[in-house]
Parts: sequence; C-alpha cells; structure tokens
Amino acid sequence: MQETMIERAKALMESKSVVRVVGWRIGEFGYDVTPSVFTTVDDLNGNFVYNDFCGSNLSKYLVRLSCEEGKVLVFLKPCDTYSFTQLLKEHRIHRDNVYAIGIPCNGKIDIEKVRQAGGEGITAIRSEGSTVIARTLYGEKKFDRKEVLSERCLNCKSKKHVTYDELLGEEGEVLDSHRFDMVEKLEAMSSNERFEFWRNELSRCIRCNACRNVCPACTCEKCIFDNDNSGVSNKAAADSFEENMFHIIRAFHVAGRCTDCGECSRVCPEHIPLHLLNRKFIKDINELYGEYQAGSDMETVSPLTSYTIEDDDPSIVNRRGGGHDA
Amino acid sequence: MLSLLKSKLNEFFELVAKETLVYLPVDNSSGQASYQKWKEGVVYSSALNTVRSAKDFFFPQMENLMDFKMQGKSVEVVDTRVEKEDFVIFGVRACDVASFSILDKVFLADPVDTYYQNRRDHAVIISMACSKPESTCFCPLYGIDATKPEGDLSAWETEDRIFFKANTQKGEVLLNNASRLLEESEGQIVEVQRETTKKILEELPFAHLDLSKFKGENLMELFNSPKWAELSQSCLGCGTCTFVCPTCQCFDIKDFDTGHGVKRFRCWDSCMYSEFTKMAAANPRLTQLERFRQRFMHKLVYFPDNNEGTYGCVGCGRCLIKCPVSMNIVKVIKQLGEE
Repeated sequence: MQETMIERAKALMESKSVVRVVGWRIGEFGYDVTPSVFTTVDDLNGNFVYNDFCGSNLSKYLVRLSCEEGKVLVFLKPCDTYSFTQLLKEHRIHRDNVYAIGIPCNGKIDIEKVRQAGGEGITAIRSEGSTVIARTLYGEKKFDRKEVLSERCLNCKSKKHVTYDELLGEEGEVLDSHRFDMVEKLEAMSSNERFEFWRNELSRCIRCNACRNVCPACTCEKCIFDNDNSGVSNKAAADSFEENMFHIIRAFHVAGRCTDCGECSRVCPEHIPLHLLNRKFIKDINELYGEYQAGSDMETVSPLTSYTIEDDDPSIVNRRGGGHDA
Repeated sequence: MLSLLKSKLNEFFELVAKETLVYLPVDNSSGQASYQKWKEGVVYSSALNTVRSAKDFFFPQMENLMDFKMQGKSVEVVDTRVEKEDFVIFGVRACDVASFSILDKVFLADPVDTYYQNRRDHAVIISMACSKPESTCFCPLYGIDATKPEGDLSAWETEDRIFFKANTQKGEVLLNNASRLLEESEGQIVEVQRETTKKILEELPFAHLDLSKFKGENLMELFNSPKWAELSQSCLGCGTCTFVCPTCQCFDIKDFDTGHGVKRFRCWDSCMYSEFTKMAAANPRLTQLERFRQRFMHKLVYFPDNNEGTYGCVGCGRCLIKCPVSMNIVKVIKQLGEE
C-alpha cells in the first residue's frame, strides 16, 4: 500500500493537482513515525511511510494546512475520515483546499504494549501476517499481533471511509464493535468503586495537554485553560480534584462531536484510558436520543445541538419534578 | 562489597523507613513505573525508568511559595516554608542522578533557590546501575556512565542481590544503619555485569551522535536554520516532552485569590505552550516554530554555552518514548548537526 500511496502522491504533485502532501515520515526504528508535510517528490521517495505505526490521525493538521495557498493531499484511514467529516461539518477545514485519499487500515500496533510484553531495546519492527517481529538489542523477538494491537483497534468501529475524493484498496464496512464493553463494566460498578477507578486513573495526569492538543474535536483558537483572561486558566492544578475536573469538562465539551478516534488515549504518557469518558457520553447519547455517530455524514444534526419536544431530559431537574415532563 | 539479598529488600526498606521517608519506583496500575512512598506491601520495580523523572523530588510540579493575608489596609506576608524532613530516593538511574547537577546549576546559583535547596539538602540518593538499556537511551553521548551511577550510594542489582557502594558520608551512615541486613560479599559479579552492560551501551544507536556543531559560536547559524520549520511542523504544542524531562526547569509563578488572601505558588511551565513568553508588551514567540526551536536551542546551545559545555540533556530517552508525534531531540541533533 505504501508504494501505491507514494505513486499517487507523486502523480498528483507532478500534475500540480496538489502542492503538498500530509502523511507520515519514517523514523529511526520503524515505529517512531512523525506526521509530516511533504512538498517535493524527492522527499516522498524514501521518507514517506505507511506502516503499522501510522496511528496519528492527520485530519486535525488540515485545520491549519487547508488555510494555506494551494491544495493539500491527505491520506485518511477509515476512523480518520470521521474526524475529517466532523471538522468539515464544523467549518474548520476548507474542503476546496483538500484532496482526501482514503486508505485501508488493518489496525495499528501500540508500541508501548510491545515494550510491556517484553519488547525491550527495539531497533526495528515489522509485521508478517499475524506475527510482529522486532529486532532488539537483545535479539529477535516475536509477538502475536493481536496482543499488541492498540486498544482502539481491537474495538474498531468502522472500516468504512465516510468522506474522500479517492479510495485506495477496498472499501470496508461499519463494524459491530465491543467498544462499550468497558463502559458497561464501569456503569455496573457502585458509585464509590467508579469514583475510585477514576480517581486512581486521573491521579497520574501530569497536565501535559497532549490529549487536548491532539484531539480533532479540540480546535478552539484559544483554549479557555490557556487564556489568562478567562479566570480559570492554569498550568497546574491546586489539588488533584481539579485535574479530574479538567478531563471531565473536556469530555463534556467534545460530547456529541467526539468521533471516538481514540487519539487522546494513544498520546497519554501516563496511559490514562481517557477514551472511556468520551465513550460514556457516546453511549448515553445513543441511549437517550437514538444511535448517533459523530462525523458519519455531513447532514445529520447532532442530538446535542438540536431540540425536539420529545427529547429525554436526563437532568437532576427532571428527576426532581422540574423540566418539560413536569 | 556490601550486599543485600533481594529477599531482604523489604526488610531493608522497613528499616530505613523507620528513620526517614523512602521513595522508590513502583509499577502502577498502568503497568508503568512511578515513584511512590514505601509502606508495607509496596514492591520495588526494576523498570528501566519511571515515566516522570526523579526531578519531581526537588522541583515539584506545584508548590506554594508564600501567602498574603489582607486585613484592612495592611498586607501580611506569610512564609509558608517548613523545614523538609529527610528522605531517601531509592533506585535513581544514572541519567536522572546526572540531571540533579544540571538542575543545581540553575537553582543553586546565586541567588539560591531556597525552596529547592531545602529539598536537596534533605535527600539521600541511592542510585541504581543499568544492566538492560533501551534503544532510546543515549546517556553515553553526554559522558554519563550508566554502569556506575553517582549519588550518595550507588547500587547494582544482580539476580539475587543488591550491591552497594557509598560515595558520601550520608551514604555511609545509611549503610551503617542497615548493617545488620548487609553482608560482605565478592563484588566480582558487579564488575562482570558492568563490562557486559558497557558493551551494550557502546553500541546504542544514539551513543555517538555528532554534537560538534552545537556550540556558542554557531548560535546564530543554528538559530536561523530553515530546518526548524520542517522539524516543528508536526509539534502539537503539548508539554509532554518538558514534563517528563529530568532537566527541564522552567516554571511560572502565579497568584491564587482565595477570597480573603492570596496564595502565591510556582508550577511547571513549558516553552512549548503558547503563553510561555507572554509579556506586558507582546509575545515574541508567536508560532510553534519559535517555541520548538527554543527548547532545543536551550538544551543544546544556550545551556552549554553558559555552563562550561554541559548540555541540558542526559539522554534518558523519555521524550523519545513519550512524544505523541515522535519528534525529539535525537531527530533534531541528526538534522541540524549534519548541516
């Protein structure tokens, strides 16, 4: 697939259909690929890579790149096309300046899972069928691909590309995933257990903002937490509870817009399962207002930005006898 | 050489913890290591490195500096400092130990940062030699010997024992206090381990990067390099690299209005953040290019130029592992160093 992508990119660049390509740049060890902009054919040759570690969702880079002069070619995996569509819907990307090519994905490997499974000192890594083979400082090591697949890919929601100009490879289907299983487990906990679970997970937060900065739903020009004039900006929390609130507030802010791309959990240096907060919101929205998948098309209005008289009102106000049912 | 059977490690911690607080790397629920306070049931992790570095002990992410109490028209300034209790940090790797002397150059230079000094004075550092470095490790590049870490006590972990060597009086005192658990044993095994590890260290992929270009006389040329644009384009502007870095030392001082007074606190800041250089007049670093460049120019050019050639990096490799877009100091050194 990588070669086909490079050929298409070169052809589009040579025909001047696009002036830049956003893709993934090869790293030192095979797994450390970097999202990158390519502006010459020479650069594409040898530096452009598409492998098991191209997990980065490139759609957010289009917020900036689609404002630049000339068309940008972007390669989007199925789940990335949901973020792309959602951003288009929010008018954050200039569609005319983007040429999107959908590419197949059979799941990405989580290098930290490889490390934790004993993959120490990796200097090169590749997949062969269902086996992942790593060359390390301590000899060759093999892993079962399923064991080291990232969590979000184990629960892949769709192999279908929802928005694109051109498709490479075969189109897939929306999948029947088990992505809400863990949310159900959390729901089944007592409120004390659930509180403890989240307090423990979120206690590791170092407030690096990686989750926010990578999130395709977080595209505010200036985040309220960075704005000194907001009165709530802070670089460190006064106590650990405040840190918890940061994540809860962020989850509320992206509710109804989060496509469940899973980038937040991928980038968290402390391995906090942040996607579970978002999935809880998605599950609640599905149950309260009917199935809704953010970014699945350009037309459907988000349940949280529309109102009908039949809308469920799950608030405490309602339960206490207020609200429209009263 | 004095050694401790690993089966007696818990007893050792128990004994030391009678006198002082003990912190050690522990595997947390995410499967990664973090420093935690020892108490019964807490188990030492031999993980190569903790996610957060040991700098947290001396330069915590957040600390209160002073309080202001307002009464009528008078303002009382309250010094909230308390004398720090003695504490022991067990299992610090050579890279993190080396980072302490880099932090010292900043915080203990005139004017001395007494908050930092207070914690430094009360710490006993028990370092731990490495025997299984990662491919992302590159401490040899900065002349750090991971097989012979500094600190008050150096330690080596073998299959069944931990060997100790005291480097300071503090270290000797600690060993004396624990003498009933220690035994004199042949240290040959440590030397064998050191030799084996040295060979691995020597062959680490980034152990011999070319740093010759990074010096004060090339400052402007490096600063103006067109390569920063490409290197910085994928940077998310998050603070991961700076917060897991053992040598990043930038902070912000802020006032928190409690309603009836003010708490002045200090917290980590990151040069990667948009408001880092916000000043009354303007912000001189308007895009991620300038912020990204600052981080690496500081570590590779400005800091060594002001500190007799000491780089502001110890090669722990945390940023290589943790950067969400895998852009890091090694890639910068390779790109700019070859010009």
